[in-house]
Amino acid sequence: MMQRLLSGDYPRSRALTALLLIIGVSLALGPFLFPGVRAFSMLGMICVFIIVVASYDLMLGYTHIVSFAHTMFFGIGAYGVAMASDAFGSGYGALFIGIGGAMLLTILLSLLLGLLSLRVKAIFFALVTLAVAFAFLSLVTQLYNLTGGEDGLAMRVPRELGPAFRPFDEPWVGFDVVGFITGLFSAPAGAFQNALFDVRISGKHLMYYVAFVSAVLVFLFLLRMVNSPFGRVLQAIRENEFRAQALGYRTVFYRTAVVIVSALLATLAGVLFALINRYVNPENTLNFELMVFILLMCVIGGMGTLYGAVVGTAVFLLAQNYLQDLLKLLAGFTEPGSLLEHLVGPDRWLLWFGLLFVLSVYFFPTGIVGQLRLWAARRRQRRAGDSPLAEQGDQHHAS
Amino acid sequence: MASLHPETASRPVLETRDLTINFGGHVAVNRVSCAFHAGTLTSIVGPNGAGKTTWFNLISGQLAASAGSVRLFDEDITRLGAAARADKGLGRAFQLTNLFPNLTALENVRLAVASRHRIGHVFWQMASRRRDLTDRAAAYLEQVNLGRRAGDLVANLPHGDQRKLEVALMLALEPEVFMFDEPTAGMSVDEVPVILDLIADIKNKQNKVILLVEHKMDVVRSLSDRIVVLHNGELVADGEPAEVIASPIVQEAYLGASADEPAEEA
Ligand SMILES: Nc1ncnc2c1ncn2[C@@H]1O[C@H](COP(=O)(O)OP(=O)(O)OP(=O)(O)O)[C@@H](O)[C@H]1O
Ligand SMILES: [Mg+2]
Repeated sequence: MMQRLLSGDYPRSRALTALLLIIGVSLALGPFLFPGVRAFSMLGMICVFIIVVASYDLMLGYTHIVSFAHTMFFGIGAYGVAMASDAFGSGYGALFIGIGGAMLLTILLSLLLGLLSLRVKAIFFALVTLAVAFAFLSLVTQLYNLTGGEDGLAMRVPRELGPAFRPFDEPWVGFDVVGFITGLFSAPAGAFQNALFDVRISGKHLMYYVAFVSAVLVFLFLLRMVNSPFGRVLQAIRENEFRAQALGYRTVFYRTAVVIVSALLATLAGVLFALINRYVNPENTLNFELMVFILLMCVIGGMGTLYGAVVGTAVFLLAQNYLQDLLKLLAGFTEPGSLLEHLVGPDRWLLWFGLLFVLSVYFFPTGIVGQLRLWAARRRQRRAGDSPLAEQGDQHHAS
Repeated sequence: MASLHPETASRPVLETRDLTINFGGHVAVNRVSCAFHAGTLTSIVGPNGAGKTTWFNLISGQLAASAGSVRLFDEDITRLGAAARADKGLGRAFQLTNLFPNLTALENVRLAVASRHRIGHVFWQMASRRRDLTDRAAAYLEQVNLGRRAGDLVANLPHGDQRKLEVALMLALEPEVFMFDEPTAGMSVDEVPVILDLIADIKNKQNKVILLVEHKMDVVRSLSDRIVVLHNGELVADGEPAEVIASPIVQEAYLGASADEPAEEA
């Protein structure tokens, strides 16, 4: 069962398994474990960006295609449904028109990009995607009567997926894990009681679970794909494209297929984003900064592992959201007006974040997942004595 | 030999017509016309830089011809890419080892088997579920004496083993035309017979076209049905082994030109 679900591609590290379980449970039960609007929107973003980053990893990690157009496809999905809801209202019909239109545009553009990737060298391809993405961004900004320009568009979601929809009269019970743990220190007696909170189920929760289930399905789908005969060919292309061709693989077909699949998944993520966030603008969907963040999540997590997309996204978004709080806390201890205060001010979070990134890439070049697997493999090897067979068997199940 | 298969003898499997490539003025292969019939092994000899590998590249599609054509089973394939040609049955083992270094030996062969079975596009099935393909790949590894190395990364294999793997990949493609480009170069003496026996085996058991670029004259003499001599990109001699080796043009063009090498053929 597990074998088929994960396509035989296990985490291959206890620590990684534990980390994935924590992330999985936190996402599955999130609305009932973390109170507050901010935590809730954070959970939604993690689900959405797992799809974005995992699909990016299919290109970058598994096929070594460097594209900067991933946010463009994300934006096409987000704007597609937002514009459809703007024009045709909040019904499901409008939603599906938006999704269909976005998917068509994505297929068209990614097909063109994919076919281009055979004609040109990798670096030039990357530059072209960058140019196309910028062109798209300025197009969206300029067509303001359609897209709202810089101001963006409010997304009108179907009633069942919005805050107004209340399927239950009674609130459900949540258990605030973070509150409970901090409570254990401050007031151990009432910690459990204090950690309970009310969850008023609304359409937002339904929407969250749509995103969560989508993320799980997309992840398992990609895991299957990279471990299929198709995925093996991708590896071959990554290793030696010339030889893959000599074996009879039309590498153009494979590259194009990867670019299209990856783009379609980014579009799907964009749709989910618009539905969750209910507001779409160039800044939150098409920005170049966002593209760089996607790249970072992929690299921090570990390229070419897919699990890295999950870990990288969770770590990155947590850091992005809570590093500022941490800095604010630290700034409280520093002398006002001092150099130190300037350095740890909440506005400096990007500086610290960049530093963290540089350090993590320096010390863990294969990303979190790569590093955890390396450690696990070393431990296994040590335990197996110096058996040379221990580490690099065939890519089959090692755990 | 060719004449024993009357119907195939009349229709060549593979043919190059006036095949030419021009590298910015330097004509590396110059109007080479030659036809190959099923069931024959043709050796291609000639001094270093004669254009043997380049001719192979033109046939299997790694290079695009400047002029002339390549025909396979009476079909003009000159405009097809390498992948399409491999698909149609042109198998190639490269002179300079050309493998997937960070995959295991088994995975390398399995890629060839998967291509032969045309399942590269299958994305919904786990590769490891196709035991049949894995078993076939393992069998080809056995054929080249690499069974023990199945799980090793190719990058960690010694040079001789990589050469053998190169041959195993071509075997796994089950091509109509086998193109060996110095398959035994750089192998240790005790490894060479494995490959030569394999080539002899293909020749005896399958009715395929075999092209062999080889410098070792004793090998050429014992395996070939026919010898083609290239010199400065031109086909200068073509015929029965004994006849070609004895011909003055070969004595001068090939044996003369490679006299400064360690004299393998002396
Ligand atoms: N891509 C290329 N660009 C320019 N010149 C090339 C290219 N490939 C081959 N040549 C030239 O074409 C000539 C033929 O080379 P080729 O490799 O075909 O010789 P060969 O007969 O295989 O020699 P060897 O016995 O050393 O393998 C050489 O002069 C080589 O420098
Ligand atoms: Mg050569």
